[in-house]
Amino acid sequence: MYTQGLDQKQKKSAADPADTPERLAAFQARIDAEEKIEPKDWMPSGYRKTLIRQMSQHAHSEIVGMLPEGNWITRAPTLRRKAILLAKVQDEAGHGLYIYGATETLGVSRDDLVADLLSGKAKYSSIFNYPTITWADIGTIGWLVDGAAIMNQIPLCRCSYGPYARAMVRVCKEESFHQRQGYEIMLELCRGTAEQKRMAQDALDRWWWPSLMMFGPSDKTSEHSAQSMAWKIKRISNDELRQKFVDVTVPQAEYLGLKMPDEDLVFDQKTGHYRFGEIDWQEFWEVLKGNGKCNRERLETRNRAHDEGRWVRQAARAYAEKQAARKAA
Amino acid sequence: MSKDQALIAYVTRMGDNAIVMAQRLSEWVGHGPELEEEMAMSNFALDYVGQARMFFSYAGELDGKRRSEDDICFLRDGWDYGNVLLVEQPNGDFGETIARLVLFETFYSLQLEALATSPATKLAEIAARAIKESTYHLRHASNWLIRLGDGTDESHRRVQNAIDRLWTYTAELFEADPVDQIMQSEWQGPDLTVLREHWHRQIDELLAKATLQKPEDGWMDSGGKGGHHSEHLGYILAEMQSMQRTYPGANW
Amino acid sequence: MSKQDWPLYEVFIRARSGLSHRHFGSIHAADEAMALDHARDLYTRRNEGVSIWVVRSTEIIASDPADSASLFEPAADKIYRHPTFYKIPDDVENM
Repeated sequence: MYTQGLDQKQKKSAADPADTPERLAAFQARIDAEEKIEPKDWMPSGYRKTLIRQMSQHAHSEIVGMLPEGNWITRAPTLRRKAILLAKVQDEAGHGLYIYGATETLGVSRDDLVADLLSGKAKYSSIFNYPTITWADIGTIGWLVDGAAIMNQIPLCRCSYGPYARAMVRVCKEESFHQRQGYEIMLELCRGTAEQKRMAQDALDRWWWPSLMMFGPSDKTSEHSAQSMAWKIKRISNDELRQKFVDVTVPQAEYLGLKMPDEDLVFDQKTGHYRFGEIDWQEFWEVLKGNGKCNRERLETRNRAHDEGRWVRQAARAYAEKQAARKAA
Repeated sequence: MSKDQALIAYVTRMGDNAIVMAQRLSEWVGHGPELEEEMAMSNFALDYVGQARMFFSYAGELDGKRRSEDDICFLRDGWDYGNVLLVEQPNGDFGETIARLVLFETFYSLQLEALATSPATKLAEIAARAIKESTYHLRHASNWLIRLGDGTDESHRRVQNAIDRLWTYTAELFEADPVDQIMQSEWQGPDLTVLREHWHRQIDELLAKATLQKPEDGWMDSGGKGGHHSEHLGYILAEMQSMQRTYPGANW
Repeated sequence: MSKQDWPLYEVFIRARSGLSHRHFGSIHAADEAMALDHARDLYTRRNEGVSIWVVRSTEIIASDPADSASLFEPAADKIYRHPTFYKIPDDVENM
């Protein structure tokens, strides 16, 4: 999902000597009893590390995710749509901040996390490296991308780490309008002129497969699932979530009168699920590696904002220090 | 010009100021110096969009030509836009955006305050709502002006330059054209001479706190209210209106 | 902390009068006024509050989870502190 990068191969790190078998067993017992882990509680170093990686990738995704949609704020076709889009993009900044805040409770600073994003070391969701080229993309992102995100985030509300779970509850509550506004845009387009309908179909053609990729690699190749499931950081597997997403989305596309860009898509009466075609994993890994249409641009934009903002952040600190000194004098 | 025509023109201009500010501030999304400040900028943009919608809808009601808020916003060309030159100036760096916010919002808060008691009751209602947002914008921006002015040498230099550069557009805020004059005499609109004095007092105080120099009034540019704009507005409108212009009559 | 990093503040919000302030999360800000503004922009976008407190995260003094057993468990067996400990016949009124 927003943390697909987690599923990439990484070097095994040496075991932490503080992680004694007794402590690990006691920790697992707490998890199994559905107890929430809170910031200052003892936790295995692997648990902490996994959380920091997953949560920061999630936060980065929210922040980078502002860019493709932000791209259309100044061009939104009506004032109503402009206001909605602004509020939505603002929510994304907010959600990034909630999650960064929750990550900081694990003893890392946001500045370090952001530095990893800016240097390209940390990953974010591949989906935001696709361009938004028409207004229908804004509808499609709300409908598919936010739809997929909600599907992933609802189980995260029960994540074993308290601050992450609480942040997710808030995020899910606020995001419920995001998908609806996206679908509403699509409805309007599909009821509209021939050009609008064409715009809608074109956007679906481009976003459908990348949306399916959002759920990450197939369970067969995913590296971290088992441990994350045991720790109850992750509750439902990639493939299971992806299937659920396809099952709910296909009828929504039919309602719009749009055609899914998948010749193999068929409803299986026996299982009650849709069977769908093979995902182009080559594309997935390439985009994750940095070869998507917009990877370079997205990172450059964030880096520019960071660099051009440096004097502002410094000035604010300098002023605060001056004020403190004046107060003390 | 009749009393009603003046009201329509005035309300539309207020919408123009608001929507142009919204467009400019929206440009900060994804580009702010810190995430929290991006939130703040987009909040302001959202407030301005809301205000523009109220002003445009009201103007549409008044003129009885069945024009919607979107018709007024998206289907007029630059010469029919009556925003002041100050708001259409490019964002520049964060300091310049803050400086523009302070210069404009100090004026705008006073303007809204005066309008809150206008016998044009709908306008008074909109003003009373907008003033709450405006007060917050001004507070946030003023605090930033002080931080930047009294922060580092670099921030002081940058924000002083910004004030100097934007100063030429401040006189237009107080130039009373026939629309302003009729508003004042018929609808209890603000007396711009009085408003100007208040504005200068507030700005003097703030600049002093921010350790910034007040520029001398030199050549003062104007013309926006009458539709004589800088080159910048054309691009703002081209971008903002592109969908409505490319797909006329479509619903979104 | 480098010169440009802003310190962390914890945010507490009163949802409406009559309720106490509750911890909502955290924000970064260079000073107190900015901390209030950022808390407002981030945590009250949907009418969540009528009052905000912010406090520097480093100013919070917290108990250590390692002390939890000695701090909190001794209270568990003092059941006579609870009204249900006492047996009073049901027909005694206004108790």
